[in-house]
Parts: sequence; C-alpha cells; structure tokens
Amino acid sequence: MIAIYLTGAGIISGIIFFNRHRTINYFLVFIFLILQWAFTIYSYTHLHSEELSFFRIDALAIILLATLSIISIPAFYHSYIYFLKHKEIPRQRAIYFSAMVVLIMAMSAAYLSSHIAVTWVFIELTTLSASALVYHRRNIRSLEGTWKYIFVCSISITLVFIGILFLSIALQQSGSTDLSFSSLLAHASSLNEFWMRLAFIFVFTGLTVKAGLVPMYTAGIDAKDKAPSPAGALFSSALMNVGFIGIFRFYEVVAQTSLRVWASNLLIIAGALSVFVAAVYMLKVKNIKRMLAYSSVEHMGIIFLGIAAGGIGYYAAILHIIFHAFTKAGMFFQVGQVYRIYKSKNIFDTGNYFNYNLAGALVLLFGFLCAAAIPPSGMFISEFLIFRSLFEAHYIFVLVIILILLAVIIWAFGKNIFKLLFTPAVNFKDENVENIKWHESSSQFILLGLVIYLGFNPPPQMLDLINEAIKNFPR
Amino acid sequence: MTNVLLITFIITLVYIGIAKRLLTYIKILAFQGILLFGIAFINLIEINPLNLIFILLETIIFKTIAVPWFLNYVIRKNKITREAEPYLHNFFSLIIITVIIVLSYILSSAIVDGSINKIFFVVALSTLFTGLYIIVTRRKLITHVMGYLVLENCVFILSLAVGSEMPMLVNTGILLDIFVSVLLLGIFVNKIGDVIKDGDVEQLKSLRD
Repeated sequence: MIAIYLTGAGIISGIIFFNRHRTINYFLVFIFLILQWAFTIYSYTHLHSEELSFFRIDALAIILLATLSIISIPAFYHSYIYFLKHKEIPRQRAIYFSAMVVLIMAMSAAYLSSHIAVTWVFIELTTLSASALVYHRRNIRSLEGTWKYIFVCSISITLVFIGILFLSIALQQSGSTDLSFSSLLAHASSLNEFWMRLAFIFVFTGLTVKAGLVPMYTAGIDAKDKAPSPAGALFSSALMNVGFIGIFRFYEVVAQTSLRVWASNLLIIAGALSVFVAAVYMLKVKNIKRMLAYSSVEHMGIIFLGIAAGGIGYYAAILHIIFHAFTKAGMFFQVGQVYRIYKSKNIFDTGNYFNYNLAGALVLLFGFLCAAAIPPSGMFISEFLIFRSLFEAHYIFVLVIILILLAVIIWAFGKNIFKLLFTPAVNFKDENVENIKWHESSSQFILLGLVIYLGFNPPPQMLDLINEAIKNFPR
Repeated sequence: MTNVLLITFIITLVYIGIAKRLLTYIKILAFQGILLFGIAFINLIEINPLNLIFILLETIIFKTIAVPWFLNYVIRKNKITREAEPYLHNFFSLIIITVIIVLSYILSSAIVDGSINKIFFVVALSTLFTGLYIIVTRRKLITHVMGYLVLENCVFILSLAVGSEMPMLVNTGILLDIFVSVLLLGIFVNKIGDVIKDGDVEQLKSLRD
C-alpha cells in the first residue's frame, strides 16, 4: 500500500505541476486527499506490518499520520480560499499545490520509515517542498526567508548525516550493518558509548531545525512567517512532528544504554533554553505569525522536557504533540483571515477584531486559551502531567524556572491577542472591510474542539496507541 | 599514499582560511575534488566496480569540474566583486584554523579504538569545523555556499572511512552533495543574483524581531 501511496502522490503532484487548468487542479487535490485518508485508514488496520523493507507501521507513526491527515483537509480548504481571495496566477497555483502534495507525502513517509537513512531522505524532501511554499509570494522578503530556510536546513541535514555516519561506526563494531531502528534497538546495549554520544549530538542538533528547538529554530520561524498561512499551519504542526519523531526514535535507542542520563540532560538543556528563547521573543515580537511560531518553539521545549523527565512524561509528551498540532494549525488558519481584514500582520495595525469577524475572533480567543494551556484546553492536562513528571524526576529547579517563563509567555501572548481582539486599531479605515463568512472559521472550531474533547475524553484506541508507542522506554 | 593526500587536504584548509580572492577559493575547491578522487580510488578499490565508478565520477566531474565552473559562472553573471571580505583579519583565521586542527587531533587521540583510521577522523573533524568557520566569518553569500561545499567534503571523507563496509552510505552522501549543491547554486543563479546585486548578507536582515 505504501508503494501505491508514494507513487500515487508523486504522479498527482507531477500532473498538478504541469497542468494549468483550475478545475483539474482542484479535482486532483481532492483525489490526493482521498488517497491520504485511504492510506491512513489502511495503516491503522495494518498495525505492525512491514512494507518495502524500509517502512514499518508502528503506533507513534499512526498517531502522527492521523494528525497530519486531519490537518491536511482544512489546509487544502484554506489554500483554496487563499487563491480565491488573492490574485491567482495559474503557474504559481500549480507549484503551490504540487509542493504541498509532496510535503504531505514526504511527512507521512518520514513518520512511517523504520530506517534512519530513509527518514533522513524524506526529511530532506520536506525541506525542498517546504521552500517552494515559502517562496510562494516571490518578493524580496520571501526570497530572504527561503534562502535562510534552505541554507540552515541544508547545514542541519548534513549534520544529521554526519551523525548517521558515526552511528554506523558504532554499529559496525557490534557486528551489524543494518541501520533500521529495530536493529539499533536490538544492538543498543553493545553499541560503543563514545560514537553513540557523538552520533546523538549531531543527529539531535541537526533535527532541531525541523523540531523547532534551540539551537536551529531560527529558520523555521522565518519560514512560518513568510509562507501563506495554510502552509504555515502545516509547518507549525505536522512538520515539527517530523523533527520530533526523528529525535524520539533515536532517543528511544539511546535510552536503552548507559547514556540515558546524559542524553536526557541534553534534552532538558535544549528544552529549557527553547522555552527561554520563546519567552524572550514573545515579549518583543510584533508580528502575529512570528508570535505563533515562537509559541510553537515553547511547546516543543515543553514536550522535550517531558520526554527527558520520563515516567508519565513520555505519555504526556505524545498527548501534547497531538494537541499542539491541532491548536497551532487552527490559529494559523485564522491569521490568514486576520490578514485579509487588516492587510497587515503587525499587532499595531490590528485591533477590535470582534467587530469585523465574530467567529474568527472567537477562534483566536479559544485558540489562545488552548495554546496557553488554560482549562478546558486538553493541553492543560498534558502540560500538567509533564510538570508532574519533572517533579517526580527531581528536576525541581528546572520546573520552577519553566513555570516562571511560562507565566511571562502567557502574559505576552495574552497582551497581543487581547490587543488584537478588543482595542481599536489606530489609523484603520473600516469602510471597505471584507465581510468574512462564519463558515470559513468552522474548520478551526473543529480543530480546537478536538483539543478540548480529546483532553477530557480520550478514546481508548488513542490511549492504546500512545501506550504502545512508549513501551520501549525503561520505566 | 592516503596519508599524503589527506595531509595535503588539511593544508588546503589552511590555505582557504587565508585566501583573499574568490577565484582562489574556487581553485582550492577544485583541488580538493582531485584529492578526494585519489583518496576514494585508493580506499574503495575493493567495492563493486559500478559503484566505484559512480563515486569516482562524482568526485572528478562534479566536485572538480562542474561545481567550480558553476561558481565561476555565478560570480561572473552576478558581477560579484572578487574579494572574499572576511569579518576577521586573515591572520586570525590562520590561527583559528590551526587551533581547530590541533584540537581535532587531540580529540581523536583521546579515542582509544582501532575501528576507524585516526587520520580520517582528524581530517574530517577539521574540515567540518573549518567549513562552519568559513560560513560564519565571511560576508558574501557566495562564500557561505563555498563553506557549505567544504562541509560536504567533510561528509565525503567521513563516509569513505566507513565506506568499505557500507557503500550505501557513501552513495547517499553523494546524492545529498549533488542535490543540495544544485539547489543552493540554482537559487543563487536564478533568484538571489537578480534581486540582491552584490550578494551581501547585510542585505538579508529584514526578517528579524
């Protein structure tokens, strides 16, 4: 099935690229969505099966694949609206949708791959397709964003490759040449400590560019800012999960060895620094999209703190990554509507959003509550469990600092969101304001509703999958 | 023989640190391609001939001829001035690169393990850090790309060190090399050059908080 999926997505993307006809274009996108969902359902029913010898359908992959498939429907719908409202050039539309199809395909394949080099190849493919989306507006700023994104991603992906080479040295010493994750897990105890240390440092540093952690988070911020908001929604949710799954699977191997404490300290440092960086920039930032991007950096930091703390933290981190993807995707879709009303992303040019778009303003309000982990948000539960795991693992000092930083972030985030919602905008003439229909916001209500519903009432299938995904970690 | 080539490679790193003109950088990159050709030829002679030919062609055609020619073309097409314009004086670059090499040597001596040839490891680490150093201390975008190409050579040397056991990794590394170089240089030729004339990083500072 994965062979059908990959070739199907490749063919669809190719036809969209060369075809300039509007109806055919959207028809093909529709076919791709059906393919994506058929593939997701097939994967769910064929858990633990191995395909093409490099792909294995496991629980974590299913969770993230389903998250991606849910987000991809509104992503295409809002792209459709985006092209309806902006000047539509057939060539640019073709490149946009073709790149988006490749991006979703590459992300799905990266989730499912069971071989570290194959994961690496598909992560490289996400860089290529994502940069086509970042360059969509074709002005000097988007060129700058694209250049930075490609350059930083290329360096990072090279670092990951160097890490894989070190890993292969370690593996050769234990008498194997198979770089699949299951073989790594089997050989974990006999791997040379020194090479594993080097490999983990390089792979982790390189993958932070996708996961959005310190030190390589910068390129992702520019990309989310400059890409059209439906693409930004994918970058800020599913694409960050690609980086997450890469680090997670490698950490799973390292956690079996004596390096576990060292590696978890590394994750704690990176996670805490990410929250710190997010707090500093949230105070300063004036662009709504960049603010949301920094909020994603904060959440990724919290997720890796949970992974590092262990215990209930593993469970909570995976729960958190699902909720974060839904929340951030919903908010990014809404920012597209904000931009259509004010023609600006700057917080100073916007305001009194309740007057112009009631449904959208409610989305932003609920989105803020969800992202700040205030009940009834599901993130409240996962974040609370992560704090508990930090407490149980005796990282009290880290926990106190994180709580203080989170208070700063909530204050800065709330200040900007409430300015946007309630304070009248300066020098804003509201005669020709576009009237945005409420149903354009409905997809975001569904996503945010999922965050709340899944937090209170998680279906048993999801809990089984999460417990299955973390079963390899030592208790 | 491998050792001689590898040591020559380290000397080219020192030279690239003090080079003043872009043309010198290009020549050094081409020369590094020839050195890598020799190293690959000696080390991988036992692997599958078809694979060996692919690797050798990559070093000689891609690294030694195509990329330098392409860089030259980019510089001429975009009328980039020929000075490299480092932020630091070349004397400091010389010292820093020497320190990098010495530190890599000390680090590799600390590893008591015979599975990998030590000199490969020293050269690869020095190349890695020199590449990163060139990226952060040069002002022009084109020199950033050149720093990245140096980084790619590090990947190549390192993959040669493990390559006789896993030729698959060498091939993947080469594909990365070709793919990213074409992508970076292609964007450079078509887009950056048309918009930003001198290709200076100072002009790419509008996206920030």
